Amino acid sequence: MNPATSYKKKDFVSNQEVRWCPGCGDYAILNAVQQCFASFGVPKEQFVVISGIGCSSRFPYYMDTYGFHTIHGRAPALASGVKIANPDLHVWVITGDGDAMSIGGNHLIHAMRRNLNIKILLFNNRIYGLTKGQYSPTTVPGKKTSSSPFGSLDAPFNPITVALGAGASFVARTVDTQIKHMKGILQAAHEHKGFAFVEILQNCVIFNDGAHAQITDKEVRDARQVDLRPGQPLVYGKELEMGLRFDGEQLLPCKPEEASIWQANSPTGARAFQICQNTEDGSIPVPIGLFRQVERPCLEDAIHQQVKEVTQNLGQGDLESLLRSGETWDVS
Amino acid sequence: MAPNQPEIPLQHLDEVVIRFAGDSGDGMQLTGNQFTETSALFGNDLATFPDYPAEIRAPVGTLFGVSGFQVRFAAKDIHTPGDRPDVLVAMNPAALKVNLGELKEGGLLIVNRGNFSPRDLAKAHYDHNPLDDEKLAENYQLVAIDLNEATLKAVESTGLSNKDALRCKNLLALGMLYYAYGRPLAHTEDWLKKKFASKPQILEANLLALRAGAAIAENSELFKVVYQVNPAPLPTGTYRNIGGNQGLAMGLVAGCQLAKLPLFYGSYPITPASDVLHALARYKNYGVTTFQAEDEIAAICSAIGASYAGSLGMTGTSGPGLALKAEALGLAVMVELPLIVVDVQRAGPSTGMPTKTEQADLLQALFGRNSEAPLPVLATSTPADCFATALEAVRIATTYMTPVVLLSDGYIGNGSEPFRVPAIETLPSFPVRFHTEREGFLPYQRDDQSLARPWVIPGTPGLEHRIGGLEKEDGTGNVSYDPANHERMVMLREEKVARIAESYPPLEVYGEQQGEVLVLGWGSTYGAIRGAVNRCQDANLSVGMLHLRHIWPLPKDLGDILQRFKKIMIPELNRNQLCRLIRSEYLVDAVSIPLVQGRPFTSTELLGHIQDLHA
Repeated sequence: MNPATSYKKKDFVSNQEVRWCPGCGDYAILNAVQQCFASFGVPKEQFVVISGIGCSSRFPYYMDTYGFHTIHGRAPALASGVKIANPDLHVWVITGDGDAMSIGGNHLIHAMRRNLNIKILLFNNRIYGLTKGQYSPTTVPGKKTSSSPFGSLDAPFNPITVALGAGASFVARTVDTQIKHMKGILQAAHEHKGFAFVEILQNCVIFNDGAHAQITDKEVRDARQVDLRPGQPLVYGKELEMGLRFDGEQLLPCKPEEASIWQANSPTGARAFQICQNTEDGSIPVPIGLFRQVERPCLEDAIHQQVKEVTQNLGQGDLESLLRSGETWDVS
Repeated sequence: MAPNQPEIPLQHLDEVVIRFAGDSGDGMQLTGNQFTETSALFGNDLATFPDYPAEIRAPVGTLFGVSGFQVRFAAKDIHTPGDRPDVLVAMNPAALKVNLGELKEGGLLIVNRGNFSPRDLAKAHYDHNPLDDEKLAENYQLVAIDLNEATLKAVESTGLSNKDALRCKNLLALGMLYYAYGRPLAHTEDWLKKKFASKPQILEANLLALRAGAAIAENSELFKVVYQVNPAPLPTGTYRNIGGNQGLAMGLVAGCQLAKLPLFYGSYPITPASDVLHALARYKNYGVTTFQAEDEIAAICSAIGASYAGSLGMTGTSGPGLALKAEALGLAVMVELPLIVVDVQRAGPSTGMPTKTEQADLLQALFGRNSEAPLPVLATSTPADCFATALEAVRIATTYMTPVVLLSDGYIGNGSEPFRVPAIETLPSFPVRFHTEREGFLPYQRDDQSLARPWVIPGTPGLEHRIGGLEKEDGTGNVSYDPANHERMVMLREEKVARIAESYPPLEVYGEQQGEVLVLGWGSTYGAIRGAVNRCQDANLSVGMLHLRHIWPLPKDLGDILQRFKKIMIPELNRNQLCRLIRSEYLVDAVSIPLVQGRPFTSTELLGHIQDLHA
């Protein structure tokens, strides 16, 4: 039997003791990723898990795959080199809101525009955890933290709009406590040919407990979340008794049968921008699921295609042709 | 030829230094390069020094927009582009003003009289026309000719607009010089035919201008003498003219061929290193992948990722970029992956003078990282030496699983000289084998001799493991905060780099093997030092010369050599960086000869310093 099709979750569990705080949302994500990797049918030596710095970036140590814990913010840049050097590898980047949106923002947007076929999981807990609780680029304004004792003044990023703006070909959001949803999104990210950006709303029990409680708590979840499923109507609620419809620039509550059908592959992605904003006042639910999925050429494919074409045109180079290139003359 | 034309006398010369100077849009670099290539094919030894402004097209006629190209060609072995030119070609008043002071007395001065209108003079801040000054013709062999008018006349038949026609005037000047130095037009004609294959009108005009220049020079007796510089008696072999950045690119490609590895070059554009990226981007059929990253940090990180995945990752930059790469270099030290970082140095600090040369990144290369992060540092010394130094960088990086910094500078990178193409069988061989054996595998187990850890690439079944920037447990590579382990790992990394010195060939001292003065150098000072030391020998001064390719770890035989001389002199284009290192490592009273003017030493300057030290 092909070992790649018979993996169990434990095949992806490393021998290192997991050192996140008890109750951290990262545990659930680790569990889901290990289960998903076991189910993909990919030989485990083909996985490379690459991270930057932060609590989430300890992730590779706990995965029994090839792993690289790099430096702050640079995981997408390093992963780009890995993927270009060996496009056969399955490259997954693990990052957080500080790592990806702040110090590594430049690398993130450029990896997205280039559409390398790598997957990035952004654990968004809206706080710097490992450095003891400073506000991050996704912290809610007014938040009192160790570096903003009187309240944060920074306007935050919405990671989804950043990804959409940078041209990511796959943009999704899921929640640490919603394992089934998360696994569905991870599966879709794996199957997507191109850059997959997945924001995972994640709780930090120590420095930002309840970071997303207003939409992820069991009691409010059904009324406060809408799952974006391509080709399906925008309906939500315990019995899917509520709907949303686009009316020009507005997004309006409606009966489920009047709900707009969600499309993740529109030419501009305008509705993905529209639906993920202005959800703070609670009048419309917060979207999770698949904001965008389109097909675009992958950079690593283009690079290797060009190498192939140039080699066909110019011939395979070797030392002899290298040394004899250019105009030469002989001294005898 | 006109009838009854008197025979122009022919004078044999050992060497000539020509400086072409004009606006940055005048095509001076192109003109200089063509003269260089023609002289190379003729068999001269030569060295070049392009000196151009940072502005791509500075305002026409301004002093800061002057672009220069100096070429020295000789019937003998030479090592520098020469101190002061014998010939100055000045295309406008600004070029004359900037360069005249350096022209040798009695030198040949060719001036484009057509660009000396009151407006041109004002832009160069002349309050009078210097061509009216009788002293000019007394002090120099002045050839003042209206190149504009001559060019317009020469290309009239092509029907080009005046503006386009005037762009050929550099070819006219080149044709004149080809006549004066007995050079054939053929190489440049062939080159033009290739370059303008799709633009027949422009091609025709350029050919006409080139030929007209030679004809005008011959028929109008512009030159009282014509010159002959015979081929140089270079060692036998096949030669090509090579620029430093091109040589580095070729050496890196050859190194990867010898290591049997694909080459990945991640880089961000920066003067004067971008030409390495440009050159490598053309070598795609040699298993080369180039990646123009979003910034300097991404460039080095992508290269580390590529090395991790089984290519030889490389990046190239200049001083400011090396500063940005420092943290990632530390990561490469920690994860012990091969990596090559090329630093084509320029004058700093900060943005400094990007188009001017300097050697002031030495200490940054050695120590510019947080904590104890030792790595080997190599320095190339001439455009032709770039090839061998690049090979050595690949050998060290792959043999010892370490990042390597290779220092060049703008003077080497932009300069050119004949390069004797090595025979393939003389090249070293160091094929890389990735580790695939499962039995007893540990990510940080070490080779007994080199102390290198195994290179295991993702995709290898059964060897899944994790690496990263956190301190490693000796052997397993697991994260460790154990105090004794940390100290052991710091010392292991240090010892691994120190052992590289065991693989060096013995040092070779040029000139006196012991005695009064040793001139110790590194990098682009090679030519100037060699020229000065040769002149010392002619004057019977006891002087030895030692030039370092390996800056770190220092060669094991260096200490003994330093002891053989009474005085050690270290000229460098910084305030004293190698000198500090030598003084601290060997406790010798080395004398620093610093120069930080954004230009190389002249041999004459160094001769003076050596004489002072002897006195």
